[in-house]
Amino acid sequence: MKEFIEGSHAIAEIIKATKPGVISAYPITPQTHIVEDLAQMVANKELDSQFVNVESEHSAASVVLGGSATGVRVYTATSSQGLFYMQEVVFNIAGMRLPVVMTCANRAISAPINIWNDQQDSISLRDSGWFQIYAEDNQEAVDFHLIAYRLAEDKRVMLPVMVCMDGFILTHGMETVDMPQQDKVNKFLPAYKPLYKLDTANPVSMGLLADPDYYMEARFAIQETMRESIGYLSEISGEFNAVFGRDYKDLLVEEYQTKDAEKVIVAMGSVCGTIKEVVDEQRAKGKKVGLLRIITYRPFPYARVYEALKDVAKVAVLDKAVSLGAYAPIAVEIKAAFYGKKKGPKVVSSFVAGLGGRDITLESVHEVFRRLNAKEVNSDFIDLKPELLKEEYGE
Amino acid sequence: MENSPLFRSGHTACAGCGQAIAARLVIEAAGANTIVVNNTGCLEVFTTKYPDTAWGVPWIHSLFENSAAVASGVEAALIYLGKKNATNVIAQGGDGSTGDIGLQALSGMLERGHDILYVCYDNEAYMNTGVQRSGLTPFNTNTTTSPAGAQSSGNIRPKKPVPEICAAHGIPYVACASVGFPQDLSRKVKKAFSIKGPKYIQIHASCPLGWRHEANQMLPVAKLAVETGLYPLFEYEFGVLAGRKQITPKPVEEYLKTQGRFKHLLNNPEEVKKIQEIADNNIKKYNLKLES
Ligand SMILES: Cc1ncc(C[n+]2csc(CCOP(=O)(O)OP(=O)(O)O)c2C)c(N)n1
Ligand code: SF4
Repeated sequence: MKEFIEGSHAIAEIIKATKPGVISAYPITPQTHIVEDLAQMVANKELDSQFVNVESEHSAASVVLGGSATGVRVYTATSSQGLFYMQEVVFNIAGMRLPVVMTCANRAISAPINIWNDQQDSISLRDSGWFQIYAEDNQEAVDFHLIAYRLAEDKRVMLPVMVCMDGFILTHGMETVDMPQQDKVNKFLPAYKPLYKLDTANPVSMGLLADPDYYMEARFAIQETMRESIGYLSEISGEFNAVFGRDYKDLLVEEYQTKDAEKVIVAMGSVCGTIKEVVDEQRAKGKKVGLLRIITYRPFPYARVYEALKDVAKVAVLDKAVSLGAYAPIAVEIKAAFYGKKKGPKVVSSFVAGLGGRDITLESVHEVFRRLNAKEVNSDFIDLKPELLKEEYGE
Repeated sequence: MENSPLFRSGHTACAGCGQAIAARLVIEAAGANTIVVNNTGCLEVFTTKYPDTAWGVPWIHSLFENSAAVASGVEAALIYLGKKNATNVIAQGGDGSTGDIGLQALSGMLERGHDILYVCYDNEAYMNTGVQRSGLTPFNTNTTTSPAGAQSSGNIRPKKPVPEICAAHGIPYVACASVGFPQDLSRKVKKAFSIKGPKYIQIHASCPLGWRHEANQMLPVAKLAVETGLYPLFEYEFGVLAGRKQITPKPVEEYLKTQGRFKHLLNNPEEVKKIQEIADNNIKKYNLKLES
């Protein structure tokens, strides 16, 4: 059913449809509307769930860890400092192979404190063993949560999934969303049946101490599962398309006008909407440009990226995050996808834009295409204000 | 130590570890229908070295400081599954994980009113990382991070009053117990499980390695802590003092001289006097003295 709806509200509605037995979260902008809505649904008895009001994000993540270990579907959401405060537990959840699903409403990291959108928060936790799937719009954000639970709870996977959506731009944006109907949700996402759980009828110990004789194999198993999951993602999105009539292909990348393209921008999240506009405009003028959108950032789809870009001459990677003191995060992966390969772009330049909510305009995207020439650049910041730099550092 | 189906021997604790005995007493009093959530620390390490486990009940360890929060999630899931009334939930950890880094999670659990028993095994230092001071290390104790030396007679602060902090939450039950008084300990655990809501029990558990006494001295040393008034065994119900174990107080030297961690005090009567004052204050505050 099509609804004109706020992003956060749509997420709360879809989480309600997945029937989590335990929900725990701690307020942080721009995630708050999601969990406020869920609290109200529980208060109204529209949703039969234990909503645990905790004293911190560390405990929110710990509560869903405990709930999941007891064999119940769970949900949490956070942003920015909240995600960082959860970090220790985030890694732990993956190591314990618990199928937790979390929304990250992406927001910049302090300092300076800033509540607006970039993707530094989730990207900083890329090595945690969680799947990371980035939505471009609210339709995807809604659908990806259903896919996230299917993936996480798949017996071949048993790993947590983070659905990332740009804070404010998506969470607070009003859009028309085709909300999945409950009967179809039930069909696609059956009730959670745990592989292992804390149960007095069949006592098990979880979270044991592993010495050097055992630790590496546990990490290797996650690495292998992530690698194999690239295939499961295509399979699950295929099933999703069949039930809900969408067209998600493999959910790894989206190729937009890349077939004969000479210049391609690689990006992730809602900014891809803006880039598509510029691509359309340039294509209308006969320019061979395109967009490669990364949807799944972990596991990173190297093979799909290689296939999509191997014949493109120049690639610009647009990151909404930095790795201070190194190349930008997505740019590193794109370069890695071509390392040691015969084919590949002549130029892979890396640009950083939109940090702390700075608008990435149509003009910003044009500038990326303009700066994409024969000379490679690394972590070139777009839309910087030189006058502010002078003030701050007295250049 | 005899074998128990709920807590098996064959774990890797040091000989004479008070925490191992206390943990067995706790789980036996709680019974088979119990789920245990453990913080990181000696108990976790010596009971679950993969692929072995000493636990005959469902048991989970996540991190150093979050057992109270993980247990909150376990309890919430049990309520959702309709299994809460048939299942006891214990969250547990050492004094460091409970009273320092995990105090916030503990307070959150108590304030939210979960039906969980939190057990703190108080061996008065961070033993698992090599005997560093915690907030519950006694005044003037020699530890690796509060060493005694020319300028110092050890830990400069008295024990953090975690039982009182818990009692201030107005929860139904708070108690102190000691591995030196096993029957009293078992009674308190059983009593805790007869009450719905959050409960806190802090158990004084001697540690031969950190306290530096002979392995076979575990029980007498723990007993002396209670008998000198240094470790009062009291009970709070809904924030009100409801019971205490009365004693005929012995001088604190008798306790101090049993352990290497206090050895530096024995030719320093000034410092011993300060410790006697702590005991005397406890005796007064909790009315511990037996009428003769
Ligand atoms: C966040 C974090 N900080 C530090 C540690 C290291 N650490 C593990 S156990 C421990 C001390 C445990 O002391 P306590 O809780 O008193 O238990 P005990 O070992 O004495 O029984 C420390 C500091 C850790 N695991 N996690
Ligand atoms: S160090 Fe102390 S608490 Fe830890 S196992 Fe040894 S005796 Fe027990």
